[in-house]
Amino acid sequence: MTQSQTWTDEKIAALVEPDRVHRLAYTDQELFDLEMERIFEKLWIYIGHESQVKEPGDYYLARVGRQPMVMTRDGKGEIHVLYNRCPHRGAQLCTARAGNAGKHLRCSYHAWTFNLDGRIDAIPAINGYDGTRFDKNDPLFHIKKAPRADNYRGFWFASLAEDGPGLEEHLGQAKIALDQLIDRAPGKECEVVGDCFQMVQQSNWKIFLENQIDVSHPGATHESTGYAAMTVEEDMKAAGETPPLEYGFLTDFKRIGIDGWDKFGTTGHPQGHTTLEGYMGLRPDDPDTNEYVRLMYDAYGETKAEEILGVDMHHVLLYPCNSVQPPLQQLRTIRPLAPNKTLTEIWQFRLKDAPEAIYRRSLGYYYLVNSPSTMVNADDLFNWWKCQNGLTSDGGDWISLHRNAGQDLPPDDHGIVHSAPASMSELPLRHMMQVWKDYMTNGHAKVGG
Amino acid sequence: MGEAALKLAESDPFAVADVSVETQQAVERFLYRQAEILDEKQWDDWLALYTKDGHYWMPAREDQTDGDGVPNIFWENNDIMKMRIRRNNHPHAHSQAPENRLCHVVSNVIIEDEAPNGDIVVRSRFHCAEYLRYEVRQFTGKYRHLLVRDGDSYKIALQRVDLVNREGPWEYVMQWWL
Ligand code: FES
Ligand SMILES: [Fe+2]
Repeated sequence: MTQSQTWTDEKIAALVEPDRVHRLAYTDQELFDLEMERIFEKLWIYIGHESQVKEPGDYYLARVGRQPMVMTRDGKGEIHVLYNRCPHRGAQLCTARAGNAGKHLRCSYHAWTFNLDGRIDAIPAINGYDGTRFDKNDPLFHIKKAPRADNYRGFWFASLAEDGPGLEEHLGQAKIALDQLIDRAPGKECEVVGDCFQMVQQSNWKIFLENQIDVSHPGATHESTGYAAMTVEEDMKAAGETPPLEYGFLTDFKRIGIDGWDKFGTTGHPQGHTTLEGYMGLRPDDPDTNEYVRLMYDAYGETKAEEILGVDMHHVLLYPCNSVQPPLQQLRTIRPLAPNKTLTEIWQFRLKDAPEAIYRRSLGYYYLVNSPSTMVNADDLFNWWKCQNGLTSDGGDWISLHRNAGQDLPPDDHGIVHSAPASMSELPLRHMMQVWKDYMTNGHAKVGG
Repeated sequence: MGEAALKLAESDPFAVADVSVETQQAVERFLYRQAEILDEKQWDDWLALYTKDGHYWMPAREDQTDGDGVPNIFWENNDIMKMRIRRNNHPHAHSQAPENRLCHVVSNVIIEDEAPNGDIVVRSRFHCAEYLRYEVRQFTGKYRHLLVRDGDSYKIALQRVDLVNREGPWEYVMQWWL
């Protein structure tokens, strides 16, 4: 860990109090660089799902902290995570976001070719290196690999630190987010749908995470969309038509209102993950759902199927980079670009052997909430941008996280803290910043554990 | 696959139909008027442009042939369009305050098919400037319309909009059609 002259551990720690956070955590460039070093280039960061690189030769780009990476699949079907950099003179190897490289990655500059696991294949006029320090077998001349790459049931992550907790240890109890994306499929597999939507947020990456599990915002932020969706539903019913089920994702904002969100509990995990429970169980009593439940019973048996479908988790944030909505098969990854700029990749997954209607429901959410024309996230993005602007001002140094502060329930057996019952607690926001403080100072999380 | 999507998918995207000057003029007038309705926010007129099950469609990929059942940037029928209009005009549509302005230029209008019943497949190009929050951003792309005869004018059964930058990344989201 490099030492910062400006940001000593004491100064960083002073930014995070139990119930408030200093604005510099969101705006300072040097702190951002330290975050990249101590969090994003150290912890397990999501690369992508194995179905993004189905065929041998397929590749897909990913960014880990400040590092441009590429996920490849080799001829034996194995997946690798490499730096997207040629070991000769440094050219970027893959330029398209995704593609198929064939049998080799070929650098466009001097035509060195590499196997899909990063090892050198061939170099034109290689005799020019005779008698030099160049050595074809020296890893220095191969494409550098991520120090650690691993997958949990087909979801690939990389860590740029040589050592540290393994992937499963890092995911801990929050791995239920990924389990649910698979287990809800009667065919016990899932795959990505199409390509992801990429959106740039004009705000700090932490503002995004904080928003996802902030139950005090939906009724206020999304009121206009809730209202509009409700009036269209009413018009359709008056005309004897049945509104599509996915309109309900929007009318909820109006129906639940601003202060009706206290039914939904939140948690904080020792590694920094957080969850928002309840909200969208999606077990309406309609023929499509019943058919789906029947297929789940056939696949798993009634007890196990009910156990899987009984998990009612609206949001799971895998710290520091994923927001997963398991019952809706949505997964977002953030790639911080600057203190005030964050790239998001938004994926939808298809549950193998689930009825078409279940896929359509999730597609409806993907469109209405997560697409580039969304009537929901539009207002979130706007609020985050406004927060970022406000935090750069001298109008105040602190952001308030006082809602139900001091009332969090003590850690359970897994070291997980739970919000006070019937509250719209800002617990997950406080929790993430406590963990942030630990990662930024001690290099490991110790909150609640 | 929907009937309108099928018709658009089956029409030769490089065909040039031999149509009368009157037909060419009527179709051009229709496209220009649609752009004006959008720029001037005449929403009742906008909704009236589309057939009852007509769609406004902006695919996320060029090789898509149907908006139904796949991820899109826009895939909207009359109900969702109504929702968008009511939402964007709501005083608490935060991202729409202050309200945007759009300005379209539509050109390169080539009718590729005129059916015996008068239905038209037409392609054109557009350029659109959006003014929002004191900044201007530019959109450009290709329209393909499936127009069905409606008295002496047309209605849109399907409008396909291919943006040149459809893959993104998106700096911020689009709240009105383009
Ligand atoms: S930089 Fe890649 S071959 Fe020279
Ligand atoms: Fe929101």
